[in-house]
Amino acid sequence: MVNRNASPAATHPGPADPPAGGADPAGSGEERRRSLPARLARRPLAILGILVILACVAGAVFAPVLTSYEPDVPLFEGLTLTGAPLPPDADFPLGTDLLGRDLLTRILYGARTSLIIGIAANGTALVIGTLIGAVAGFFGGFIGSALMRFTDLMMAFPALLLAICLAAIFQPSLWIVAMVIALVNWVQAARVLYTETRALSQREFIEAERAMGAGTARILLRHIVPHLVPTIIVWGTLGISTTVLLEATLSYLGVGVQPPTPSWGNIIFENQTYFQSAPWLVFFPGAAILALALAFNFVGDALRDELDPTQRD
Amino acid sequence: MPPALVAEGLTLTVGRERPRQLVSGLSFALAKGETLCLAGESGSGKSLTALAVMGLLPRAVRVTGGRITLGDTELTGLPEAAMRPIRGDRVAMIFQEPMTSLNPVLTIGRQLTEAIRAHRPVGRAEARRAAIAALDAVRIPEAARRLEQHPHELSGGMRQRVMIAMALALRPDVLIADEPTTALDVTVQREVLALLADLKDEIGMGLVLITHDMGVVAEVADRVLVMRAGRQVEEGPVAEIFARPAADYTRALLAAVPRMGTAARADAPKRRPVLAATDLCVRYDLDSGVMGMGSRRRVFAVEGVSFEVGERETLSLVGESGCGKSTIARALAGLVPYSGDIVVDGRNAANLDRAGTMALRRDVQMIFQDPFASLDPRMKVGDLVAEPLTIHALGSRAERRERVADLFARVGLSPDQMDRYPHEFSGGQRQRICIARALALRPKLIVADESVSALDVSVQARVLELLKELQEAFGIAYLFISHDMAVVDQISDRVAVMRLGQIVEMGTAAQVFDDPRHSYTRRLIEAVPIPDPSRRTFTGARLAGEIASPVRARHDPPPRLLLRNVGGGHWVAEESEAMAAA
Repeated sequence: MVNRNASPAATHPGPADPPAGGADPAGSGEERRRSLPARLARRPLAILGILVILACVAGAVFAPVLTSYEPDVPLFEGLTLTGAPLPPDADFPLGTDLLGRDLLTRILYGARTSLIIGIAANGTALVIGTLIGAVAGFFGGFIGSALMRFTDLMMAFPALLLAICLAAIFQPSLWIVAMVIALVNWVQAARVLYTETRALSQREFIEAERAMGAGTARILLRHIVPHLVPTIIVWGTLGISTTVLLEATLSYLGVGVQPPTPSWGNIIFENQTYFQSAPWLVFFPGAAILALALAFNFVGDALRDELDPTQRD
Repeated sequence: MPPALVAEGLTLTVGRERPRQLVSGLSFALAKGETLCLAGESGSGKSLTALAVMGLLPRAVRVTGGRITLGDTELTGLPEAAMRPIRGDRVAMIFQEPMTSLNPVLTIGRQLTEAIRAHRPVGRAEARRAAIAALDAVRIPEAARRLEQHPHELSGGMRQRVMIAMALALRPDVLIADEPTTALDVTVQREVLALLADLKDEIGMGLVLITHDMGVVAEVADRVLVMRAGRQVEEGPVAEIFARPAADYTRALLAAVPRMGTAARADAPKRRPVLAATDLCVRYDLDSGVMGMGSRRRVFAVEGVSFEVGERETLSLVGESGCGKSTIARALAGLVPYSGDIVVDGRNAANLDRAGTMALRRDVQMIFQDPFASLDPRMKVGDLVAEPLTIHALGSRAERRERVADLFARVGLSPDQMDRYPHEFSGGQRQRICIARALALRPKLIVADESVSALDVSVQARVLELLKELQEAFGIAYLFISHDMAVVDQISDRVAVMRLGQIVEMGTAAQVFDDPRHSYTRRLIEAVPIPDPSRRTFTGARLAGEIASPVRARHDPPPRLLLRNVGGGHWVAEESEAMAAA
């Protein structure tokens, strides 16, 4: 019995194994030991995204400290003599709205609503979507068909109408609205993740797991779901802006977060007809939604790449 | 006569900031009517060279030196618009996988006539006549009817013939064939190679054949160019290269090629069976219709197969694609439902509780064909090898890690590679990882399904050697599944030849390979390319009929073959007149 050591090429004459991937083993060894936060920290866009998200969270949490106005109290000095809203100036950094309320204050308080909707509603939608998509894709057969036909049904049903019905049945509150949005939004994610799981469960490494005697739960959680992470992240970041806007639509229809509680979406909807005379009223909350969605996008992209061992350089 | 195709100092480079040469200073000249084989292992730059000739290099790769001349036209630096009329007309190419090179939604006729009309100002009717002539030329029976068929209606060999017909319809000066027979069965490979050689003489074109298979090289090449890592190792007439290889690399490459009939034959003693399969059947229904009812067609993938594998024994299942050999592996691994009995170490797999099933899984492990595909790309290889231990809850974390380090050393890997990911390894190393994983539970039987087919020959030779060593050390039995007769000849104690889901011949390697009794076995053995140019056995292109299929009407199982003992445990299926003639 030949005692083989490290390099198989060393003990055998003849052509050597071709080098793998082109990656320098010593260099990537260094890379592997770095932790995930450390690796994220080397991506400028990810840092920018994290900072923006932290700023939003801080703004929401510390709103009462950051501003001396109340979000829902109209101010006499917030309007011109003819009753028009004020553009940004020294007292009102982002201007005032139609009722003379400070826009910065409303955006800061509105961040609470929008973050809860964007993260909680979207997160719940993703969890439901992943669960249904992965289970249906993995088991296929009767369970798979039943789950996917139900998904199709939900997809075919007008989402807005469903949300209105649900919101009308339950008393509208922030958390109910979040759940309603989650129940409407899981469908697309489920559809996409179903297809991906179907393809994944045909892969040979899943077969190898089965041949080793691995149980269903282990295969699903340890080998299927990790491969779904990139798609989940992409859907999650895309979902932030759509859910925030869906909340705004619901508010507009009177079944969302009830006024005078501000959310970024309902600030836009309240003021959209005055877009021409008072553009700041739509621009600032719109910019806030855009910044938040982009920030999640940057962080999501970075996470997706860093969580995939084959993508690291 | 001026050469048809000349490359002078061809250099291909990838990347701009950190450029890396993929092909360096390659030169060759190809005369009309000549076959030049570019031989080498994966990553040697042979396919890139072909793409450079076609002007189809990937975007990141540039020609940074040298030139390619086709007749009197210089191809390097030619703009795409000028290259397009040349491509397909004067120089054509066929690829490895005919199914992916043909458009699945268009008929053969449409694809052929389009190729013709792209280069010649002819009408529909005339293009159709040319297409039929081209299909006739590649000996496809009923050419006119084939024009209306879609690619999926043809067998793999037929599809490759269509590709050849398409490439040759315009009678190019040069044909580049990139591994044209690698995806085909040996008997079909033989026919396609013979056809290429015939047509080359007929048209008088130059043929560049790219292959990793030294057997194919020996059978068809006039001259050989051996490549390694983008460099030309050696070039010369085929007889010269095989008889007196000048470079060490060529010698090593030739030495690694598995050859039929060179294995030392030992008498196989009677051993205690580790695995006994009796009357194994795997069938599944096609076009399942509504809720699985109304299915009329059924695949009889495995039909009444019985065999035993003894302790420390290697039984090989050989046969062409679709013969059911991999289905048997999947049945043994519990991946497909079957009928019949599988008994592992005295335990019948059919009626076991959960604990019994787990114990059975421990005894039978599997190594798949594609090591990369069978390793979860998101897990570290150390965890992958520990996976079976984790699944069966054996040992503590530290113990498992120690065990894995042990296994790594055992299969010739270094334990400090445990924290890497599969993509950081080469193909041969990945297969070693799969072997380590299969060994983790100390199984009694390892099912190796085409486990060395995807590897380069030199790597293949070393992996086979490792498998043998491990068998000696641990007393494992192997069920080795392969289409490669030469590899099977090297590794097996006993061999079972399968065709259409049934065993047609079974016996010791000596009995089956040295004294084949069944006509199918003989045909398979004859079809294997012999890596010795002085022993060419080509006998012209034989016309292949449609290949028999395991798909039949639902209530019409195929007739069972009767195996007869012709002495010393050598079993041969009785042949009817029809089968012997086929």
